[in-house]
Order: sequence, then C-alpha cells, then structure tokens
Amino acid sequence: MAYEGDEILEEVTRKEYEFGWITDIESDKAPPGLSEEIIRFISAKKNEPLWMLEWRLDAYRQWTEMKEPNWAHVDYQKPDYQSISYYSAPKQKKQLDSLDEVDPELRRTMDRLGISTEEQKRLSGVAVDFVMDSVSVATSFKEKLGELGIIFCSMSEAIQSHPELVKKYLGSVVPKNDNFFAALNSAVFTDGSFCYIPKGVRCPMELSTYFRINEAGTGQFERTLVVADKGSYCSYLEGCTAPQRDENQLHAAVVELIALDDAEIKYSTVQNWYPGDENGKGGVFNFVTKRGLCEKNAKISWTQVETGSAITWKYPSCILKGDNSVGEFYSVAVTNNRQQADTGTKMIHIGKNTHSTIISKGISAGKSQNSYRGLVQINKTAQNARNFSQCDSLLMTDRCGAHTFPYIEIKNSTAKVEHEATTSKIGEDQIFYCLQRGLDEEKAISLIVNGYAKEVLNKLPMEFAVEAQKLLAISLEGSVG
Amino acid sequence: MLKIKNLHASVEGNEILRGLNLEVKPGEVHAIMGPNGSGKSTLASVLAGNEDYEVTEGAVDFEGKDLLDLGTEDRAREGLFLAFQYPVEIPGVSNINFLRAALNEIRKYHGEEPYSASEFLKRVKEKSALVELDGKLANRSVNEGFSGGEKKRNEIFQMAMLEPKLAILDETDSGLDIDALKVVAQGVNAMRSPNRSFVVITHYQRLLDYIVPDVVHVLYKGRIVKSGPKELALELEAKGYDWIKEEVTA
Repeated sequence: MAYEGDEILEEVTRKEYEFGWITDIESDKAPPGLSEEIIRFISAKKNEPLWMLEWRLDAYRQWTEMKEPNWAHVDYQKPDYQSISYYSAPKQKKQLDSLDEVDPELRRTMDRLGISTEEQKRLSGVAVDFVMDSVSVATSFKEKLGELGIIFCSMSEAIQSHPELVKKYLGSVVPKNDNFFAALNSAVFTDGSFCYIPKGVRCPMELSTYFRINEAGTGQFERTLVVADKGSYCSYLEGCTAPQRDENQLHAAVVELIALDDAEIKYSTVQNWYPGDENGKGGVFNFVTKRGLCEKNAKISWTQVETGSAITWKYPSCILKGDNSVGEFYSVAVTNNRQQADTGTKMIHIGKNTHSTIISKGISAGKSQNSYRGLVQINKTAQNARNFSQCDSLLMTDRCGAHTFPYIEIKNSTAKVEHEATTSKIGEDQIFYCLQRGLDEEKAISLIVNGYAKEVLNKLPMEFAVEAQKLLAISLEGSVG
Repeated sequence: MLKIKNLHASVEGNEILRGLNLEVKPGEVHAIMGPNGSGKSTLASVLAGNEDYEVTEGAVDFEGKDLLDLGTEDRAREGLFLAFQYPVEIPGVSNINFLRAALNEIRKYHGEEPYSASEFLKRVKEKSALVELDGKLANRSVNEGFSGGEKKRNEIFQMAMLEPKLAILDETDSGLDIDALKVVAQGVNAMRSPNRSFVVITHYQRLLDYIVPDVVHVLYKGRIVKSGPKELALELEAKGYDWIKEEVTA
C-alpha cells in the first residue's frame, strides 16, 4: 500500500464519509457489516480507479442475491457476514523483541520443521535487522525479475500501475458471480498477488508470496492473478509450512491463472492455517476458489498439501480451452481431530486432444472427515480427450471418515476417462515392521504416510517438499488408533 | 544372550505359550521345530514385542536386560532382529531409505554418529552381494511387488545391514525354492560369529541341512518338550511329530 505522501487524498476520502459512520474510521477499521457504502469505503481507502469500484459493486450486488452453498460434506455454523469487519488498514504486525516472546508451541513446530532461526523471526514478526538475508535476497530477486520484464507485485499495486492487465484478466476465469464466496471476495478483497510473465520468458526462480509477505502480509480475502503470456513458464509457491495463526476465522480467497498459448504455470500450495483445537474449537474456515485457464498447448499444474484449517472447501480447477492443453491436479489433504476437508478439482475439457491427470491422496485421522470431490467434464468439442484420476484414502483411526465424490460428464464418445480409487487403513503390521527395525512410532508413521503421498510430494519444488514431509508427520502426531 | 523362563503368553484370551523355557548362548544357533499351532510364530512375535500378544507370566533376559520391559523399537535397537514370515509392503518408501533410517536410529541409540551417504552405500553394496540381492530391489519400495523369495532375501539383507546380536528367523524357508534357500542360508552362515546368536524357526529339516544348528528344540502346545543335537531334526523328519505327542501325553 502506497500510503506515503497520500495525506491529501486521505483527507479527501475521509471527508466523503464525514456524515456516515466516519467516527469509526479513526481507528482505520471499518465497522462490521457489508453494504455498498463499505465497498465504496474500501475502494476509496485503496485509492482505486472507478472501474475497480464498479467491478466490486457489481460483485456485491450479485452476492446479495446468492445463497451460501450447502452441498459440501462439511458441517459448520455459517458465519454472520454482517458481523465481520471487511477493512482494516494494513498495520504493522506487532513487533516482538525476541523469539522468547513467541508462543512456545509455535516455536516447537517451527524447530521441528527445520525452519532457521532467522526465518522463524521473520515469520513470527520478531524485529529483524535490515541486513537480514531474506530482505536483501528479496531485493535482488526483484531486480532480476525486473530485467526479464516479469511483473510480480501486490494486487493493489497492480491495479495502480498495470490497470490494463488487471482489467483484462481479473474475473476472466473466476467470474464475479461464480459462487457465493468468489462473489464475496470480488466485492471486498483487500489485497493479494499479481504476476505477469511476458511472452517467451521462462521465470528463473520460484515465485513466492514469501518474498513480499513483509510488504503485504496475507489477507482474509486474498486475490491472486497469474498471467503467463505465450510460450512463458513460471512456478508459483503459495503459503508456507510454518503454522499460521490468524484472528480471522473466515478466509475466502480467489486465485486465477491464465496460461496463454504454449505457456505453463505450476502452482504449488502448502496450507497450514490454524485447524482449531482437539475438540474443534476455533480454527480457520477456508473457502477458496482457484481456477486456471489453458489456451492452446498450455499446461497448468496444481499441487497442494493441505494440512490446516478447521474447514477446507477448495477445488483448484482447469479449463482446458485450447487444443492439446494439459491440466494436472496433485493433492494431499490431511485432516486430524475435528477437521473437515471437502477438496478436489474440476477438469473441464473443451479443446481437442486435451489431457488431464488427477492424483488425490486423502489422509484422515482423529475424528475428522475428508472428502474428495471432483468433476471431469468432457464437452462435445473435446475430441480425443483423456483423463486419468486416482483417488486414494488412508485412514489412521476407526473414528474418521473418508469419502469420494467423483462426477464424470462425457459428451464426446472419443473420450477416454479412467478412474481409480482405493481406501485403506494404515496397517498395524506396517508399523510393527518399522518398530522392529528400530524406528519409533512417529518415524514409522512419517515414513508410511510420506510413502503413500510420495507421488504428490514429488511434484513440489525441492525445498518445499522436504518441509512438507515433516509437516505431514507433525500433523499426524499420535494419531494412530 | 537370551534366557526365557516360564513364559506364558496369550492372544485374545487364548493361551498359546504355556511355560516356555529356553536358553541361547552367544554364538549358538538354535532351531525350533514343531507341529502347526504349537506356538512357534507366537514365540517370535512375543520376543519382538508385538502388542497383539499378552505376556501373562514369565521372564525374558536379553544380554542382562529385562526384554519384556523394553518397547519394540528398543528391543530392535538392543540388537534383536526378527526376519518376518510375511514381510509387509510399504508402498512409496524405498528399501534403501527405510534401512538408512533404521540403521541411523539404531546408531543414535548407541550414541554413534549417523553413517555418511558414501559409508552407507558401501555397506549396501557389500551386504546385498551377500544375499545376491539385485541392486534394483534395494531401490524399490520396501517389499512392494517382490516375489516371495525376494521378500525373504530382503529380510536377510536387512539383517546383514543391521548386524543384530540375536536374529530370529520365522519360517524364512517357507515358499523358497532350493536355490533361494541356499542363498538365504549362505547369508546367515556368513553372519555367524561367536557374538551372534540365531533362533531359527522352521517346519522342515531341509533348511537345517544348510544352516546347521547347535541345538534342536521341539515346541508343542506352547512348551519346549524335547531338545537335542541336530540329529533330532532328522528324526523328526523321518518319524513326524506323533511320537513326541505321545511322549508328552504319556
């Protein structure tokens, strides 16, 4: 947020609301509730152009007509959308003086994930030196990206500095009225990431929100837009393996990917939001809409490791519009205690010779519920389309649930669609075998579970994969029974 | 090495071991034979620490330690190895990584540094040659898609890698053809030493042609009812178990 030197504008925008609920604005936080006024306020606060405001208002109007979906296999108390505050100024995280002030539980997990001390400080908001490594690394990365013409910035920044790109692509894959949560996000999103890879450029490094987390932080209603122009490539990492606490219970993000002709986007996520306690108290509701569009010969690959959140509702999808385009979805979803996950993908085949692959590995422990929900849709135009789906479930206890909801719609007789599904319980004989070789139970479970999820973990960028493996083990600690 | 006194164990309320006594000295090879259901595999499971079995009475001393007091993994770390009758498959976990994790865990327990990658691989090469294990098997997932014979050879390979003090071979010969049997026996014989003992559980005398035991025991109804030199195995082969049963009931 470019606030410096904007005092005059700030004055002006404040004035506009003098007669409304202005008194509350002193605290830089909107009063609870959602209305056109609030959206005008958010847009003004962010100094947005008129077209953006209108876009938001349109989304809001459509949202008011929509109903919260009920079809997912999750059970929760629906949030009261009028009691949420939709804007608070991006304020500095409370700075801590040393790691000793950080929640010891959080630190223990970070230690076990092998996160370095410097990194731990950054993640938990401990004041760090200016010469700290990652800051300078981030700066030099930015320079390098700039040389290649790659734009990688916050969404707010992109709206200001690259309005033509944002205008063209925002909402082009996930329309404003796509679903209840996407509409809500469209109306009130406060920030997120924007990325554009120019024609023929191969982005030489993993793009990660990590490098701009200091600038923007993560928001409750995040909006991400990645555009890979013709013949370009990029790999994008979202999230982080470190445990993330957030006071906001509701998260409704939208991610749109656009891969133009011959382009490739690899999008990897590790989601480790607070899952709530053993009894299901607290925890984040994660309602995410993620979708990618493939033009001719393009490829989009989603890889996700989901271990956090009390409720996960998420279906990263691919629209295979161009001929010969390829969509992939690799997922590991772990649920423990009282967590509920309903996740999967949609592969929409439109172009000829389009291929999609779905590998989903669910792991349920405790009293959790883990559902795979996937749609493979082969349209009339999709001559010679191919899909392979494999959905496996691993149960750690007798009290958890694993469910598979595969939907297949085929309108072209040349299609070839394969679906495999297995459900197994973690073997006591496997654990005993490991113990007999000298491994303790925790290591044994970690080995078995990581072996089970290997096909997916292998798709993650190297440094992420190692942490993700440890994360799986930690999420499932003491969960066999 | 191993001293078992009056061991009683049951599974789901059925008593299987009923006062078993056995002493194995360092360097010795003991064969345990007996009819089906006599408790041979139960003995192996109980010694290894399988929680499906409940020890109701008795004591087991292993190298001066109370074995029954140790958890399964600590028994392994103290040097007890069980070659499983039915080795389990662990999909997605490479044999090599599995062994490396196990070996380093055992080393850690004894306060030793983990092996470096090159030390470890050297050892793998050496030991896999011992049981003529194809290098490819070492890199495949633990036992996944292995033939019966490959699984058994893999058990012996693991034993060679972990160098236990006491190895219990639970019907390692079952399902092996004669060539594979020779290879397995060869691996075991190469590992015989004055400080290492073996308990070989088998149905058939055949294995004992290749792994020559110091003592042969007959297990019947949960107790060792007869012990003797290796010739006892030949006698059992020729006469079956009925005469033993008669002796016991007489």
